[in-house]
Amino acid sequence: MLTWEQTRRAVVGRALGVGLAVGTYGISFGALATTSGLSVAQTASLSVLTFTGGSQFAFVGVIGAGGSAFAGTLTALLLGARNTLYALRMAPVLQVQGPRRLLAAHLVIDESTAMAIGQDTEEASRLAFWATGLSVFVFWNIATLVGALGATALGDPKKFGLDAAVGAAFLALLWPRLKDRSAWVIGLVAAAVAVALTPLLSPGIPVLVAGVVAVAVAMRLPAPAEPAEPAEPATP
Amino acid sequence: MIWVGVLATSLGCYLQKLTGMAVPQRFLDSPRVRTVVAFIPIALLAALTAVQTFGHGQGLRLDARAAGLGFAFVALRLRAPFVVVVIGAAVVAALLRLGGVG
Repeated sequence: MLTWEQTRRAVVGRALGVGLAVGTYGISFGALATTSGLSVAQTASLSVLTFTGGSQFAFVGVIGAGGSAFAGTLTALLLGARNTLYALRMAPVLQVQGPRRLLAAHLVIDESTAMAIGQDTEEASRLAFWATGLSVFVFWNIATLVGALGATALGDPKKFGLDAAVGAAFLALLWPRLKDRSAWVIGLVAAAVAVALTPLLSPGIPVLVAGVVAVAVAMRLPAPAEPAEPAEPATP
Repeated sequence: MIWVGVLATSLGCYLQKLTGMAVPQRFLDSPRVRTVVAFIPIALLAALTAVQTFGHGQGLRLDARAAGLGFAFVALRLRAPFVVVVIGAAVVAALLRLGGVG
């Protein structure tokens, strides 16, 4: 049986580890966002204000592919819908009201939710949520700025293959979610739909249509292994 | 226009989180909703992967990016960390271009 002090140290240590690991995503995000045509200020604002990596990648991905800001926002919001379920799950554990609830809401992301769910007691869950959320927030934002400034200094992104890195980044974000057959089917159908529609529709729209098609297919498939639960965060 | 998108995305994503915090548990928490919400990121990330790799404006193009994605696929199967996957894909594409391909 661990004492609270031991639990506290373990949780805070792991939270810092997750923050550091997420920092590597942050550097990629910063670099890819400026490569996609966002300014450093726009990139940094996304990380501070939006603070949910998948949606941020999606927004800059759509912009980079020539899509409108509107299509980018819609894609980002579709991708962010899972955060509502995470928050729903965290609310009874956190028991926060007023300004603390407003702050807690901002920190609801894959990593903070996964770490909180992974604890044995509610007290440890609360600590894991806050420690992970704050750690990721700090590392994610510093890393975004480093990546954005670094890529801007590099110059021509194509020369360094950074356009190829965007697809690789999306595949890496997708990978932990490909847990079973249903997930692979959905992924392949969505990819095929998006590619097939690319010559026919304005940039950004094929991805949205692929999302809608996936929802239709999802109605006919068995539920995924762990519904609406974040992938376990990577630690270095 | 990008600034409008940045702010709209930020506001929307925050309201999604706050909604989950504020509404009673029984809303939204049906198995059907959970299934759909779990599938959306898979579909969107797969679609974004494909479009980023093969899309070229409003057309399709097979170039060095596909080789980069191939590297990413193998690296992920070998459980390589995110940063290796992303930088490796960029290096593969850059080397191919240096050699006059894609």
